[in-house]
Amino acid sequence: MLCCTVPALECVMKVPPLLAHVAVFVGAALIAAFAAAAEGKPVAPEAERARELIHIVRQDCGSCHGLTLAGGLGPALTPAVLADRPFEGLVATVVSGRPGTPMPPFLGIVSEPEAEWIVDQLMRGFPPDTGLPAAR
Amino acid sequence: MSSSTPVRLAPPALWALILPAIVWLLSACSALPEAPALRGTGDLGVVIERADGRVKIIDTSAHAVLATVDGLGDLSHASVVFSRDARYAFVFGRDGGLTKVDLLQAKIVARVIQAGNAIGGSISHDGRIVVAQNYAPGGVKAFDANTLELLAEVPAITADGTRSKVVGLADLSGKRFIYSLFEAGEIWITDFSDPRNPQTERFVGGKQPYDALVTPDGRHYIAGLFGEDGLAMLDLWNLDQGSRKILAGYGKGEAPLPVYKMPHLRGWSVAAGHAYLPAIGRHEVLVVDTDDWQEVGRIPVRSQPVFVMARPDGREIWVNFAFPENGWVQVIDTVSGKVTHTLQPGRGILHMEFLSKGQEVWMSSRDDNKVVIFDTATKQQIGGFDAASPSGIFFTTRAARTGF
Repeated sequence: MLCCTVPALECVMKVPPLLAHVAVFVGAALIAAFAAAAEGKPVAPEAERARELIHIVRQDCGSCHGLTLAGGLGPALTPAVLADRPFEGLVATVVSGRPGTPMPPFLGIVSEPEAEWIVDQLMRGFPPDTGLPAAR
Repeated sequence: MSSSTPVRLAPPALWALILPAIVWLLSACSALPEAPALRGTGDLGVVIERADGRVKIIDTSAHAVLATVDGLGDLSHASVVFSRDARYAFVFGRDGGLTKVDLLQAKIVARVIQAGNAIGGSISHDGRIVVAQNYAPGGVKAFDANTLELLAEVPAITADGTRSKVVGLADLSGKRFIYSLFEAGEIWITDFSDPRNPQTERFVGGKQPYDALVTPDGRHYIAGLFGEDGLAMLDLWNLDQGSRKILAGYGKGEAPLPVYKMPHLRGWSVAAGHAYLPAIGRHEVLVVDTDDWQEVGRIPVRSQPVFVMARPDGREIWVNFAFPENGWVQVIDTVSGKVTHTLQPGRGILHMEFLSKGQEVWMSSRDDNKVVIFDTATKQQIGGFDAASPSGIFFTTRAARTGF
């Protein structure tokens, strides 16, 4: 985007190489993010973090929603139950909680993109927990 | 007809062969079904392996796992009560499964799916009735403790037609059980003296009770409230007075912190004339005098308490915490009223269980897949064993206690 008014080659020669690399990298990341958002498909976290999130949802969300997510003090979070619920509303519930109910806000424990990924996974049928990585 | 025919005995030489053979055969026969080693059940217990629908039967004297029993369904949030003779464990599963396990034979002797979503249960003082508390469909159900045959069902439906989830079930004298209704905020006492025709008394409780306890003497029932600052207390010796609020406004109007796990209440939080109670949404343990139910102090702790458990001698209170601080355990000295030890026994400490005289505490570390055993005097680990995603630990000594 920086180079839009000049030919690409010239641009590369004028801009310091490191900055160019950073710009290209950031640009690519932004494009990927926007593309994913436009497509409505949340970005999957890295494998280790995904494993951690799955564990948190199954075990700690599971203390109210059940280990199988079939419900408990909190409602069931199975694909059938969530099917007709708006995606954004569910993400907002994870991020901000539901005042007046025991559902707490999880922002700080999960990021907003992670909340989107979690909701997406819940709506598809949540993956099984493979436990936390061994303690160091 | 006469008895003139002489009885003919085998020659002595033959007897010399036959007799040892008979003796050998008889001894072989009696040895075939090997006599089981006799043992008591007073030092046994059960560990829930929550993700695998399995329980481990443990020997607390040997610090050892005796056997594993499979096929108990969804055991997330499972709880256990014991028969009066401490031979059978009744395991209540999340999926509504109620399973009777013989600890000596390490096998399931009866099992029913009694609800869609359950949270625990209790057993009558005479040991004849087992009662399950259910979220879906909300209510309690009573079963014959011998056969698990359904005796009666009490739906938790209030005057306006709302059906509530049932929490905080406990056994009372007679064949009575007390419990709270999460949505309706009521406290109910159901009498199963006529097991197929239960009678229920209703009391006002408070907003969104999440769990409750009966004091060890069986006199007071205390329900923790999620929806308001305070707890509801019912004096079971003076039921006509109804319930009252204790520790009302303990949050002093401040917004509570997010609650990532509901605290658990049981009768073990009463020690030396005080009750130690988790403050919901706060990093505090609240202390009340059990004579006048006035607040006598609050103890700052590391995070939000889940279990606040008195060592059976009442000298110490052990506290574990809600996610994400669930790798920590703190010990409060009841004389000084201060935290004296901060421990990290493992990741995801879900439950602590004391031996009946308090010399050891067993803790389940869900995320390290182990049970750790600590000496409560030295606060050092003295044993442990592997268990898959362990949660509740239940010792048979609970069989003798009210509210367990």
